[in-house]
Amino acid sequence: MTAQVVTISSGKGGVGKTTAVANIAFALAASGSKVVCIDGDIGLRNLDVVMGLENRIVYDIVDVIEGRCKLRQAMIRDKHLPELYLIPAAQTRDKNAVSPSDMKRICDEIRPDADFVLIDSPAGIERGFRNAIAAADRVLVITNPEVSAVRDADRVIGILEAEEKHSPALILNRLNPDLVKQHDMLSAEDVLDLLGIKLIGIVPEDESVIVGSNRGVPVSQDPKSRAGQAFRNIAHRLKGEDVPFMDLDKQGGLWDRIQKMAGRR
Amino acid sequence: MWWFKSKRSASSAKERLQLVLIHDRTDLTPAELNELKDELIQVISRHVEIEPDAVQIDLQHDGRTQRLVADIPLRSVTRRRTG
Repeated sequence: MTAQVVTISSGKGGVGKTTAVANIAFALAASGSKVVCIDGDIGLRNLDVVMGLENRIVYDIVDVIEGRCKLRQAMIRDKHLPELYLIPAAQTRDKNAVSPSDMKRICDEIRPDADFVLIDSPAGIERGFRNAIAAADRVLVITNPEVSAVRDADRVIGILEAEEKHSPALILNRLNPDLVKQHDMLSAEDVLDLLGIKLIGIVPEDESVIVGSNRGVPVSQDPKSRAGQAFRNIAHRLKGEDVPFMDLDKQGGLWDRIQKMAGRR
Repeated sequence: MWWFKSKRSASSAKERLQLVLIHDRTDLTPAELNELKDELIQVISRHVEIEPDAVQIDLQHDGRTQRLVADIPLRSVTRRRTG
């Protein structure tokens, strides 16, 4: 086994990095892969709470780096999926507690025993981001169909190009198909045309994502959730499977129904 | 009502982003681009006669590759001979 190290980055905060990491990790683990998640946001730990593991933390990544515990001791096993682990971020204020070489060392130690290492990058393009991409075999850039998020994603892609990282793939999160149809939201084609990288998934805006975070059970576990399906598809694509992109029009939004009632479609 | 007259917001988002991204990627501000244009006109004018007012310089993108595209019309040679 040699794990693929996948980092999820965005530049802008609040576009759904942590949610995506949790969901993709659950989907990968549920389909039989051994997955280790690393929260790369030192000082602002939050992947633990989205994954529902906040009450089980004893050691964190800084404890591993500073030799207070073994790597295994900082790996928290998920409650339901025995092949899913989290290495939590520290809550210390010192962001310099972790260096790019520390991240490489930790990932190299995990590599032989896992299928995937998923790293949740902090927002911004400073030290924490540099740490998060240092060990990455692949980077997934996540954005929303919104001007500021797309602009920041472009900056991140530019840095990854300069670092000569294997070309990143895009997750377009929180797409609202009804708004796209009304031409009041950038479409997936628009965003891809602007950013010029390949796509790995489109996640529709979906209330069940918030419900999932509230409960600490990511929505990719919910077979009925559209966003959950989109995250499961991304997990399959990461494994190298060829999964067609979802037809988001099938959702039949309010606008669709009104138009149908009016006999326009 | 105003929102029926104005074009839909997605296309203005895309157009604005296209401009912003080109300048972000190249680190060239519109002012610097103008300066570049003026200097280019000077240099080229030393060798051939051009129509300085018709010179156009644009940044275009093709995927993630940026391209500086200059359109520099030359002044007609026959006119110079007769003049």
